[in-house]
Amino acid sequence: MLHVGLHHFLVVSSILFSLGLYAIVTRKNAILVLMGVELVLNAANINFVAFARYGDFGASGQLNALFVIVLAAAEAAIALAIVINLYKHFSHVNIDEADNLKE
Amino acid sequence: MLTEFGKIFVFILLAVFFVLIAFFLAKLIRPSRPTREKLETYECGENPEGSPWVRFNLRFYVVALIFIIFDVEVVLLFPWALSYQDYGIYGFLVGIIFLLVLGLGMAYEWRKGDLEWARPKQIPPKLKKIKEELTEAVME
Amino acid sequence: MNLYDIIFYIFAAITVVSGVITVTSKNIIYAAFSLLFTFFGVAGMYVLLGADFISIVQIIVYVGGILILLLFGVMLTNKVTSTDIKSGSVNVLPAVIGVALFAGALISIIIRTKWTETPGEIPLSTAGTLGSVLLNEYVIIFELLAVLLLIALIGAASIARRTKEETN
Repeated sequence: MLHVGLHHFLVVSSILFSLGLYAIVTRKNAILVLMGVELVLNAANINFVAFARYGDFGASGQLNALFVIVLAAAEAAIALAIVINLYKHFSHVNIDEADNLKE
Repeated sequence: MLTEFGKIFVFILLAVFFVLIAFFLAKLIRPSRPTREKLETYECGENPEGSPWVRFNLRFYVVALIFIIFDVEVVLLFPWALSYQDYGIYGFLVGIIFLLVLGLGMAYEWRKGDLEWARPKQIPPKLKKIKEELTEAVME
Repeated sequence: MNLYDIIFYIFAAITVVSGVITVTSKNIIYAAFSLLFTFFGVAGMYVLLGADFISIVQIIVYVGGILILLLFGVMLTNKVTSTDIKSGSVNVLPAVIGVALFAGALISIIIRTKWTETPGEIPLSTAGTLGSVLLNEYVIIFELLAVLLLIALIGAASIARRTKEETN
């Protein structure tokens, strides 16, 4: 059991996924919610690379991890622009209080 | 089991732990007599004024945004650059199209003026007037 | 327990502990900096899995880009007067119970499953292999990623600029 195999990596990634989920559910500040999303994406990435290593899929798994990183960068850029606009409208970024669609 | 890169990684880890252990030992040995002046933020000898947590200008965000998009672009170009030669003109064209599409974004930012940092207008010193004054002074 | 296992456990510990600090810390700056250690821990996992290129990309893009962007977001969305940047949490108890149940189920399923492991040889460098697969099977996705990045660049810049015009 101590010898590291595939399921060790999967366990770490599922813990990371749960932590990200917890951050998304409980955090008030939009930027902290974004950090939770990044944790979830990282967990998914560990899964991709681990299956690429222990399975017989060639380099496709690692390439998909690369695509996820690219998507995460684009997503962070857009989401932070939205958060800055949110701050402009409400003078705070607490997403549980920002429940108006229109003034 | 470790790859070649993994061996280098072990060395990096050892370096990090070396520094951490040295710091920890120094903390154990050295005397600690903090005063209010010692604990102040060092600001080139000036007394610090106000909170450092001020709100940044929004232009910094746009610069950071452009940086991260092109950072990711370079990351995607690395594997392409290592293997496009095996695919002849086709591999080359794939990368060129990729670069052109992102160049479009660059052109957009340029056209919209996001790359320019608006500065206060500089007033050039009027050399002619100074010269006239000087010549007058010399004549007198 | 050989060297590989010990390094794995060190990185697993770094990743999980700093992840816990990230999701529980009240101070946003502390959360951001422990996220840094999480990203480094994940990069270490990639090295252990023989993915050197992905690991370097993780450090370049996540630590050097996304984390900086998040810190910019923190700096841009706080009032000048507030000296400490704090944030509260909501629904803590139900979230803890739900997430713990979810994580327990997930981990027990993972441990009980008989995974078929066929680890192949780890290539000396993965970047070239990734490039040839990228140009063979994923050409359309490669070009679509360029379009995606273009859209992200223009979209985010125009959203941010809208705010700038209003303030000036």
